[in-house]
Amino acid sequence: MAHSLSDEELYNLARKARRHIIEMVHSARSGHPGGSLSIIDILIVLYFRELNVSPSNPDDPHRDRLILSKGHASPGLYAALALKGFIPEDSLKGFRKLASKLEGHVHYGIPGVEASTGSLGQGLGIGVGLALASRLDSLDNHIFVILGDGEIEEGSVWESLMAGHKFRLGNLIAILDRNGVQLDGFTEDIMPMMDIRSKVESFGWNVLEIDGHSVEEITAAIESAKRQRDIPTFIIARTVKGKGVSYMENNPKYHGSPPESEEMYQKALSEIGDA
Amino acid sequence: MISESLRENYGEELVRIGEKDRDVVVLDADLSSSTKTGLFGQKFPDRFFNMGISEQSMVSTSAGLALGGKKVFVSTFAVFLTRTYEQIRQSVCYNNINVKFVVTHAGITVGEDGATHQIVEDVGIMSGLPNMKVIVPVDSVETRAVIRFLHEELKTPSYTRLTREKFPVLNDPGYEFKLGRSVTMRDGSDLTIIANGAMVAFSLKAAEELKNKGIDTRVINMSSIKPIDREAIVKAARETGKIVTAEEHSIYNGLGSRVAEVTSEYCPVPVRRIGMRDTFGKSGGAWELFDYFHLGVHDIAKISEDVFRGGDIA
Repeated sequence: MAHSLSDEELYNLARKARRHIIEMVHSARSGHPGGSLSIIDILIVLYFRELNVSPSNPDDPHRDRLILSKGHASPGLYAALALKGFIPEDSLKGFRKLASKLEGHVHYGIPGVEASTGSLGQGLGIGVGLALASRLDSLDNHIFVILGDGEIEEGSVWESLMAGHKFRLGNLIAILDRNGVQLDGFTEDIMPMMDIRSKVESFGWNVLEIDGHSVEEITAAIESAKRQRDIPTFIIARTVKGKGVSYMENNPKYHGSPPESEEMYQKALSEIGDA
Repeated sequence: MISESLRENYGEELVRIGEKDRDVVVLDADLSSSTKTGLFGQKFPDRFFNMGISEQSMVSTSAGLALGGKKVFVSTFAVFLTRTYEQIRQSVCYNNINVKFVVTHAGITVGEDGATHQIVEDVGIMSGLPNMKVIVPVDSVETRAVIRFLHEELKTPSYTRLTREKFPVLNDPGYEFKLGRSVTMRDGSDLTIIANGAMVAFSLKAAEELKNKGIDTRVINMSSIKPIDREAIVKAARETGKIVTAEEHSIYNGLGSRVAEVTSEYCPVPVRRIGMRDTFGKSGGAWELFDYFHLGVHDIAKISEDVFRGGDIA
């Protein structure tokens, strides 16, 4: 896909998406802002620059597929899908509410969503299966899976890393949201992962490391991963949990809590700024 | 009566549908020579994925293949699939996609491998999942008919329970499986035994013993546990007034529980459940274990007679 939007325009879209994320969890009085804010720049680059997907032809068999394995970051995905035109921006108000399709965790059945996720450690396996199906059908699309760094404490992720290598899935690209924070605290205190890069490399994957908030670096890494046709690629995106809202940044509390007052809510929106 | 392997017939039927349909893919977790999916693997190596001893990844990968438009068969031993309950729940059942779990080595007929491998809770675990269908074929003929049905008609999740041991062939070659429909193997008016799997052949023999005592026994093969044949259960309750259930599974959450749910809601009659009574299995010969756990022909006959006479022995 051509780079029709400038980096500046993408940063602006990310700002819009951040506002949506805060509005959604505020309106729902619940949800997961921290890990949504940490991946939003990646999601915006994917949807507006790298993914071959179209709201007017959502079932195109040749489309790229994105699985958000860390399904609690649903506000981030829903915001990106709304900005892209898969769902009305107005519908985001329904997040987590009974009358809405916008389930608390990512829900298959929402236009643009490729699989339900929420319970962790399942998305990479789904990605392996989609990549195998694409190969059987001789498609030249790509399968993207976004993982959380707390999530990779699940053993099933490592099972799927083995499978990705075994089947030499060059059409599979995993992106790790390396924000260092999980629900109960900092990842290295809860369960030290140590050198993720060398672990994943030893599983036979092509590993790249980038700043997950730099549109330029995200783009370059994905372009490079797409050129790698022999083995799957694992992009470690260094991110800040809660990025863009000072009191949420690096604060485990905002893994799964909305702003606790109207004042905090307004503060979050003003820090993000107008888009 | 001849006996045939259910899993071998499964493997052969897989090859047959694989020849007709390029969208059929099969996954296994290092047990393909036992589950017999290896037959498919030899014939269609590009559509067979041996995931190694990684059941969780196998199930989420199966979901991805189904989301990518494939018709996916997934096999391992019944006991090992249950460790992936949550992958089955979220990635397969919640997405409501075309993944067919066909497991082998269920129940106590695993025999010598013993309690660790003899799962008697799986039907309950799987039946609780929304969108999941649960089938326990009675013989090799029904196994093939079920596999054809899964391939041709069902596009949503299912769990089919096969065994290690060969079972007596009870159905004619032309038999066709219908989901949610039971088969009356023998008619009778005094009492009904509703059974599935290995217990159907035993129940038919028990019915012969009961006949000698003047008790006219109906025997139903209830291979479709979910959905269950409510009509046949209510009819049996109305017409025979008493029901015994028999299964190679725990009396909790299996066939007996489902039958009792139906009768208590629609036609309350005495129901006695024969099955594993809140216990693990044991190493031993497959068929001697039935007597050991009081699931044999004589046990079925004795309990049925007691129910018929209005007894209340547990």
